[in-house]
Amino acid sequence: MSSPTTHPSTAQGTSTNTPAAPTRPRPGLVDVRGPRFGAGVTSVLLIVTLILGPWPGVIPLAIQTLAFAAGAILGVARQPYGLFFRHVVVPRITPPSEFEDAAAPRFAQGVGLVFAVVGLIAVTLSLPVLFYVAVAFALVAAGLNAAFGFCLGCEMYLLGKRLFGGSRTSTQLA
Amino acid sequence: MTGLWVALAALVVVAVFGVYRKITDGRARAAKKAENVLDAEQLGAPLGSKATFVQFSSKVCAPCVATNKMLTGVCAKNAGVTHVEIDGEDRLDLVRSLGVSRTPTVFLLDALGDIRFRFVGPSKKLEILEALASLDEVPEPAAVTGRRHARQPQVIRGELAGNGVGGAEFEAA
Repeated sequence: MSSPTTHPSTAQGTSTNTPAAPTRPRPGLVDVRGPRFGAGVTSVLLIVTLILGPWPGVIPLAIQTLAFAAGAILGVARQPYGLFFRHVVVPRITPPSEFEDAAAPRFAQGVGLVFAVVGLIAVTLSLPVLFYVAVAFALVAAGLNAAFGFCLGCEMYLLGKRLFGGSRTSTQLA
Repeated sequence: MTGLWVALAALVVVAVFGVYRKITDGRARAAKKAENVLDAEQLGAPLGSKATFVQFSSKVCAPCVATNKMLTGVCAKNAGVTHVEIDGEDRLDLVRSLGVSRTPTVFLLDALGDIRFRFVGPSKKLEILEALASLDEVPEPAAVTGRRHARQPQVIRGELAGNGVGGAEFEAA
């Protein structure tokens, strides 16, 4: 379990300048169109979920929950809609020109995951009102991102810190 | 059937909220009296000799990057104007005392450090330049209302609408 030797700090430098694939210039950045495309797919799935109701709407909701979980846990680069966008859509449209930090869309995926899980719990507990409310909130957030490029979850981040954050010294940006 | 209505309602909320945001985001709002003054010590950076943009950002904020870029460009072309970017998470004291609830939120301070304007949401260059130009006017306590300043940029936008270049001419003038 113990690591045999401590590597010199140079071995784990984060700023390696390895040549990346043309669609990903540098780790930690994503094509701005990717998360927005994903939000569009998410919106469609959530609309279908609502129209189908708690049952069988739980099926598209479960699929969406897995996608949110992948985005929040593995990162947006490995989120299924993001993968589809990068490997199937991008080669057919213009190459990416604008990039953004992956932290924002990843955080938004986490916010979406919370709403989706609440929706799933509501189905299992037979609470249709909670199901509709939770999925509707997720749809509003995804729809605003898809149609207007707004990231509601990201905006809530500072508000959350402001309400609940103590005076924790945060780590500096590397 | 319920779900269809819920979905439609959610989409209406998206449309209304989105359009409202598009219209109001980045608008120059004359500061309320309570917002008062920021000094170099509070900011952790010196004030510009003419004006200072204080931008509150967060780590999960894509539009903050664009606003930063734009303000940096404005500062490069206007001597004596500086730009301070603060990670709100590191300065929750200022975030609370100034009532910052979204990022980016930009404050425009005059030479004395008086907060004169607040811009909530992704900044619009025209609004920024117009507010910057109006700093030279002597503030009239009674006349400085959000309404008055919120209207001015609209006129400019109308005048420049034909050339479609945005703030370039205004800046050169």
